[in-house]
Amino acid sequence: MRLRHVLHLSLKELRGLLRDPLLMVLVAYAFTLDIYVSATAIPGGLNRATIGIVDEDASPLSRRMAGAFLSPYFVPPAQIDIAEMDARMDAGFDTFSLVIPPNFQRGLLAGNRPEMQLNVDATRITQAFIGAGHIEAMINQEVTGWLARDAAQPAMPVDLALRARFNPALDPAWFGAMVALISAVTMLSIILSGAALIRERDHGTLEHLLVMPVTAAEIMTSKVLSMGGVVLAAAALSLAFMVQGVMGIPVEGSVALFLVGAALHLFATTSMGILLATIAGSMPKFAMLLLLVLLPLEILSGGVTPRESMPEAVQYVMLAAPNTHFIALAQGVLFRGAGLSVVWPQLLALTLIGSAMFAFALHRFRTFLR
Amino acid sequence: MTDAGLVVRADGLSLRYGTIRALDEVSIDLPTGCSVGIIGPDGVGKSSLLALIVGARQMQEGRLEVLGGDMARAGHRARIAPRIAYMPQGLGRNLYPTLSVRENVDFFGRLFGERQQERAHRIADLLLATDLAPFADRAAGKLSGGMKQKLGLCCALIHDPDLLVLDEPTTGVDPLSRREFWTLIERIRSDRPGMSLLVSSAYMEEAARFDHLVAMDAGKVLATGSLAEILERSGAADLDAAFIALLPEEKRRRHHALNVPPRDTAFDAENVIEAENLTVRFDDFTAVREVSFRIKRGEIFGFLGSNGCGKTTTMKALTGLLAPSSGTTRIYGHKVDARDMATRKRIGYMTQSFSLYSELTVRQNLDLHARLFDMTPAEISPRIAELARRFDLEEVLDSLPLRLPLGIRQRLSLAVALIHRPEILILDEPTSGVDPVARDIFWQSLIDLSRIDGVTIFISTHYMSEATRCDRISLMHEGRVLVSDTPEAIREETAAETLDDAFVHHLKRAQGANTAPVTRKGLAADQATAAGRRRAGFSLARLLSFSWREALELRRDPIRLMLASLGSVILMIVLGYGISLDVNNIKFAVLDFDQTVASQAYVNELAGSRYFEELTPLIDHADLDQRMRADEISLALEIPPGFATDLERGRSVAIGAWFDGAMPMRADTVRGYVQGMHLHWLTEQVRQAFGDDAVAGNFTLEVRYRYNPDVQSLAAIVPAMIPLLLMLIPATLAVLSVAREKETGSIVNLYVTPARRLEFLLGKQMPYVVLGFLNFLLLLALAVVVFGVPVKGSLLALSVGALVYVVLATGLGLLISAFTKSQVAALFFTALVTIIPAIQYGGIIDPVSSLDGMGRVIGGVYPTSHFVTISRGTFAKALGFGDLSGSFLPMLALVPVLVVLGAIFVRKQEK
Repeated sequence: MRLRHVLHLSLKELRGLLRDPLLMVLVAYAFTLDIYVSATAIPGGLNRATIGIVDEDASPLSRRMAGAFLSPYFVPPAQIDIAEMDARMDAGFDTFSLVIPPNFQRGLLAGNRPEMQLNVDATRITQAFIGAGHIEAMINQEVTGWLARDAAQPAMPVDLALRARFNPALDPAWFGAMVALISAVTMLSIILSGAALIRERDHGTLEHLLVMPVTAAEIMTSKVLSMGGVVLAAAALSLAFMVQGVMGIPVEGSVALFLVGAALHLFATTSMGILLATIAGSMPKFAMLLLLVLLPLEILSGGVTPRESMPEAVQYVMLAAPNTHFIALAQGVLFRGAGLSVVWPQLLALTLIGSAMFAFALHRFRTFLR
Repeated sequence: MTDAGLVVRADGLSLRYGTIRALDEVSIDLPTGCSVGIIGPDGVGKSSLLALIVGARQMQEGRLEVLGGDMARAGHRARIAPRIAYMPQGLGRNLYPTLSVRENVDFFGRLFGERQQERAHRIADLLLATDLAPFADRAAGKLSGGMKQKLGLCCALIHDPDLLVLDEPTTGVDPLSRREFWTLIERIRSDRPGMSLLVSSAYMEEAARFDHLVAMDAGKVLATGSLAEILERSGAADLDAAFIALLPEEKRRRHHALNVPPRDTAFDAENVIEAENLTVRFDDFTAVREVSFRIKRGEIFGFLGSNGCGKTTTMKALTGLLAPSSGTTRIYGHKVDARDMATRKRIGYMTQSFSLYSELTVRQNLDLHARLFDMTPAEISPRIAELARRFDLEEVLDSLPLRLPLGIRQRLSLAVALIHRPEILILDEPTSGVDPVARDIFWQSLIDLSRIDGVTIFISTHYMSEATRCDRISLMHEGRVLVSDTPEAIREETAAETLDDAFVHHLKRAQGANTAPVTRKGLAADQATAAGRRRAGFSLARLLSFSWREALELRRDPIRLMLASLGSVILMIVLGYGISLDVNNIKFAVLDFDQTVASQAYVNELAGSRYFEELTPLIDHADLDQRMRADEISLALEIPPGFATDLERGRSVAIGAWFDGAMPMRADTVRGYVQGMHLHWLTEQVRQAFGDDAVAGNFTLEVRYRYNPDVQSLAAIVPAMIPLLLMLIPATLAVLSVAREKETGSIVNLYVTPARRLEFLLGKQMPYVVLGFLNFLLLLALAVVVFGVPVKGSLLALSVGALVYVVLATGLGLLISAFTKSQVAALFFTALVTIIPAIQYGGIIDPVSSLDGMGRVIGGVYPTSHFVTISRGTFAKALGFGDLSGSFLPMLALVPVLVVLGAIFVRKQEK
């Protein structure tokens, strides 16, 4: 392999990209607005949960409880009657409904231990879990606070000082921006390298290259370098201007280390794009294969739900995916300030996956050219 | 003001692509019932003029009347569309390669609203008349060039047009097929005397066939009239010469008569290129059969034959692009080896179509190739300057190739092929479509290269006039070399008058029995039926004809079909088992400075839970920091020294807990668990200290987890996965269908047939809706049988919801494909607007109401959120139509929106 050839072929690829305006607009969108919208949309923990309150007590205490459901955790509670409750939950309007029975306050003061009911829509697992605990604690506090006007309760003087590290306010946009950035990097690099290869073959320019004294390895390396380079540059700009700049998300660790990881990740994904293109052969098939690969990469790599909660088999299989390692590395470097001594296993894994992917793709690429 | 005697009347017609003027003030009147030839090289505006006449391209300036009405008016275009037939340039460009011959003709018949019986009858007639009947079931993509053109003619004639427009029908077709084609046209014309025929051609020698000629150059009309009139006016002996005489002075000056000096035979002992029994097979198809030849140094060796006869394959085998199945090829006595870089450097290769990089300028193209051939920077710039001078490229060095006329582009290709001073030139149809002046200039360069520099040239061509200039020629047909000798010897051997006749003689002999005369039926129009079917307005039949064709194409691509159906099943299984919405196995470690039974008991409260997993204790704060940064633990507890004693004495104690906030979703859950655990522990302590009464709550809160009492992830995830997959797969399937037609060119059938945009879009959508719905049934079965998630509510409501949803998903795909030009952009666009919105804003993980900012707005409109409600409602909540009307209505409202937007963005004319 001669580096000069690779360099000139890479320059050729870059010039080609620059002349597709719609594609450049889409790339710009994917790395700016798309990241912004997607990162700011994700709720942090309990956010804007919908709740309906059936207040059959209509007492000062029940009103005090209803008033405790505050923004941003809850949307202002809907005052509903018992007949509406089921329909609203069925239609998905309310995730929770709280039923305060008649004479609740009176019963409480009389020591009758009255009963309240909280209905939870358990199909909305995430919100249901976090919300139910939150509501329980809140109501306890409200009732205790209301009763405390009269008598003191026995208590233990043990305090739990809970502190979140690395993202003290648990702002979901931090993690969301990182996941959106990685998702754009992955999607774009696979599509650019794969679809562009199929197009080049359809247009006959690939064949033209083959009569010149360049090898398949040179052609492929130049594609990986140029496409990977463009996406890496876009990611670096997006991180600096969009994530750190516009969204004001602090980066704890070394941006350079993150970019090294991104480069290795791109090495793997661009090779994967070429591999998929050689397997598919035509654009409609490539599109189907793309979905088949992209969805698990996006959803099962630890960016949407935590990896350790997945079944073990899935965890093991996903170790072969570059995204899994890159998301772990990015989290560590960007938020936890992890250095090389911490993330070297991820770097190593990305290098191995990338090399294997590249070697396999090159093998397929050679037969694809015949 | 319409003139009954004129079929086309153009006045000051101009057309511009960006800064290039394709047509410049064209004014012509074409009489009805005549055959009109539009003559001129490629890129002079012939195709643009024809595209305007048939209404395929939007008009810009000037007036154009066709069949007695203004073509700028959409109403008139719709009215006359059934009376026009158009066959675009390029072999079989408006045909569907995976469909059979019969199916192709059938599709056009359906488009024009013919009834089945009538169609069957006409198809049989047409196929018989064109000798295609024996190949009725062969896929159109597997036909030879000449047969494709005949099929194109059948498709054009099926609806019995008044105006037949053929754009370069014989380019790329062998001499015999060309003759047969013209005989066929003559017969059709004699059967239907009223029909007007409008043909463009780059072959000057075909001009004699037309009643009326229009000679064009550089967007302008040079001359009109009969052949005799034009010859008389220019005083030339043939049209080639007449054309040159008619050119503007500036172009003509560069032309001078071509002279081929005899070849120096000193090098005849040296065989530069050799092929011996070369055979190349692709699967079951033999492209090249037992071909042998020897080419001497400095020879110009011509290769003639129709498209698909094996010329290109032979050339590829010579360059090492293809490995021969048997036989050998040698260059300078060495066996051709694709890996041999040294041999590649001795060859210059120029492909059939322009295959240089259109995104690089002329200079960048030359420079890139020079560098790839390892020329040193010091050599490169003088070499580029030299070639630019030699090929007259100096003025265009910094232009993009696509903006240049074809003739200059061909010279650029040749310059690129020559940049590294090769000893062998392999040229695959380098001059097709180039005007006569440019062609002669090009040939002069070739002759100089051969005679002065001793370069060996292997060239394939369609032009007989070029064949006579070669030292030796071979005629190839269906993979075999029929004859190989000097042009003069070939002509004399068959006692033919011209080389063309000699070739036809050889071709006929080769085809032998194939040409047994068939009884041919007349092609007279069936006026009664023709009149009945000319109805305008929306037509369900046309819509269905698009569906029928799309479905056929889909069925011919079983791998795509399989990926589409099995793909969703695989994804559902992987994602269904993979996604887990509950957070468990949280890893934590303890920094216990107390080390007592009490502190251990506190820790056990956590360690005993199924949500937590305790790792080896922490040593100090540095260890805590290190292990948290490495994501080894998500939670760290610090129990202060003296915890047990302080607790006992009622002194206030603070336990420290740090959790990892990097992933807020996990962090929130961890915080909730830890708080709950701490409260529970506190209650237990109070109970032990003060007895049961002290801890009994003053009230109870009964929490009921509804619809999914065990709070199972799977039961929540499976109903949400169906909407996700039913968005992505149908949208992706549909998006490529229009973008692909734009890239391959068959979109022209929408432009020039009576088909309406709605019929086109809805027709194309139908098969994908059916496929999407079958996909739904598959996923439903998977959910119920494999995942064991039953449908508690109305199965009908779920199915109807899925149907509407699939209509929306495919509609979205078609909408995107309507306004993107390339498949790459269409694919990326679809990925951007389906994957992320469906996963994040569709309510699959977080309810739409809990989203913030733009995400909530998108989620509210995006159909996924509504179908997620329907899916969860029917799967888990036992609901039916009535309960879910709030989710059906927004989806139903979106259907017309997508359809209307799609119809707006798909154009009925090319812009």
